[in-house]
Amino acid sequence: MNSLTKVVGWIDERFPLTSNWKAHLSEYYAPKNFNFWYFFGSLAMLVLVLQIVTGIFLTMHYKPDVNMAFASVEYIMRDVSWGWLIRYMHSTGASAFFVVVYLHMMRGLMYGSYRKPRELIWIFGMLIYLALMAEAFMGYLLPWGQMSFWGAQVIINLFTAIPVIGPDLSVWIRGDYVIGDATLNRFFAFHVIAVPLVLVGLVAAHIIALHEVGSNNPDGIEIKKNKDPVTHIPLDGIPFHPYYSVKDIVGVVVFLMVFTAIVFFAPDMGGYFLEYNNFVPADPFKTPEHIAPVWYFTPFYAILRAVPPLFGSQFPGVVAMGVAVMILFFLPWLDRGNVKSIRYRGAIYKVALALFVFSFIGLGVLGVLPSTPLYTIFSQILSVIYFAFFFLMPWYTKIDKTKPVPERVTG
Amino acid sequence: MSKQEVDRSKRRFLIAATTAVGGVAAVGAVVPFVMSMLPSERAKAAGAPVEVDISKIEPGMMLNVEWQGKPVWVVNRTKEMLAALSKNDAKLVDPKAEAPQQPEYCQNATRSIKPEILVTVGICTHLGCSPTYRPEMGPADLGPDWAGGFFCPCHGSRFDMAARVFSGAPAPTNLVIPKHKYLSDSRLLIGDDSKGA
Repeated sequence: MNSLTKVVGWIDERFPLTSNWKAHLSEYYAPKNFNFWYFFGSLAMLVLVLQIVTGIFLTMHYKPDVNMAFASVEYIMRDVSWGWLIRYMHSTGASAFFVVVYLHMMRGLMYGSYRKPRELIWIFGMLIYLALMAEAFMGYLLPWGQMSFWGAQVIINLFTAIPVIGPDLSVWIRGDYVIGDATLNRFFAFHVIAVPLVLVGLVAAHIIALHEVGSNNPDGIEIKKNKDPVTHIPLDGIPFHPYYSVKDIVGVVVFLMVFTAIVFFAPDMGGYFLEYNNFVPADPFKTPEHIAPVWYFTPFYAILRAVPPLFGSQFPGVVAMGVAVMILFFLPWLDRGNVKSIRYRGAIYKVALALFVFSFIGLGVLGVLPSTPLYTIFSQILSVIYFAFFFLMPWYTKIDKTKPVPERVTG
Repeated sequence: MSKQEVDRSKRRFLIAATTAVGGVAAVGAVVPFVMSMLPSERAKAAGAPVEVDISKIEPGMMLNVEWQGKPVWVVNRTKEMLAALSKNDAKLVDPKAEAPQQPEYCQNATRSIKPEILVTVGICTHLGCSPTYRPEMGPADLGPDWAGGFFCPCHGSRFDMAARVFSGAPAPTNLVIPKHKYLSDSRLLIGDDSKGA
């Protein structure tokens, strides 16, 4: 017995180190047919770590005060050693997070990863997505540029549209009658501690739930149904470590190539990752010509603008936007198809999913553009498609002609 | 002791009572934290009324005043602007200002105490952008019918010279007229309309 084994043995008597290593890595059996789409879960964790680490170093120099915030960010960019790199990693990381998460969710839609018995994994994932949106929204106020200020102004005013409690609620959120020091300070508190804590907890729950039921795969087959009679190991499963840990490293390398290229050569991504107006300090008396949220919110913003005010109230648009996000929670129960994976679905679901992706991207584009009567009509058409994908799902998934699902994964 | 029967109803009662008392305490403990997020005493003090000298505003000009951190516009409207107001009526959402967007004493044709002086909060009722003052007649970008008013660059809402919203705009209601009163001919107090004092 060498000394390392002794140390591990000593720990194992006091803490379940080896058993956890086995349960989650070396003896967690994942389907052997994972493809490209299975990179994005681990990449999302990588970006989370990047955001936490870069964020910690940014707080060492940032000042959450309306008179100092903008200047402190410029100070980080110009005077702090390597400050520009840390800040651009953080701002690019925000967009990268949404790219990765949207692709991760797309994977779920294609292969039915939200279906029974993975409903809770999907719900934890949706909660992560909500927390991420809150995190991104509050983080965007911190540089205290024109877009920070007016973007927050528009979003907080959405709460004002809620009947009865709306006006008081928005004052409570701001901590003042307008967006000011109180708002900036509390958004800083939520952004750097409250929401990240929630995010980390939710990610843990997401993974624990995943490892309880096991991973789905591109065939949508339960690999636990075909186990070796002697070892009870799924016949189509391979240990996560070293097989998928090594595969994911390849994904990490490719991701970092793209990520660093953006950080070094196009950190503002032509105004989509960092909007040009945000290089101007916030001015409560001057609204920029055109206010658009950062790209990852624009599909929902387009839905908000597509709904005309009813009875002199903005509320219907706000409700539509809220429903557009919340409806995703119900996906496991809206889908009545008898297969999980798009590989064995019929034409109806394939067309429906293609239309949905088209509407989501189309709304994203329209949400960036200024509103004109023609664009509003486009947004309305695409919003109808977006909602139809969900509201009609119980019917079209049921009548869809599916193909027979094989017993074993197809590689 | 071990031979004693467990009194289940007593146990249930004790569990329920402990849960209820603990729950009330937990809710009570949350209250100070929630209340701490309300505007502080200092923020409320900054929301105090603001006094403005309006004698220097020339006809057709606008003064931008800060009250509760919001832009408040004081516009000295010309006779032409006032005359053009009634022509807009058919194109407005709420020409008679029936929605409670102003104090009662401003629910009139000019939405003001003195006909020429307009006092309004310069925040669009759509999503809170600050519209731009466009007093000129029939500019190229707003069309030949434009008789002066306010244009919101964010989502294209239009308001006339009485801060009333044109129909077809995303903004649902007229701009808000804050409480105000005249201390003398040239001194205006924004944010307070109490009699006396």
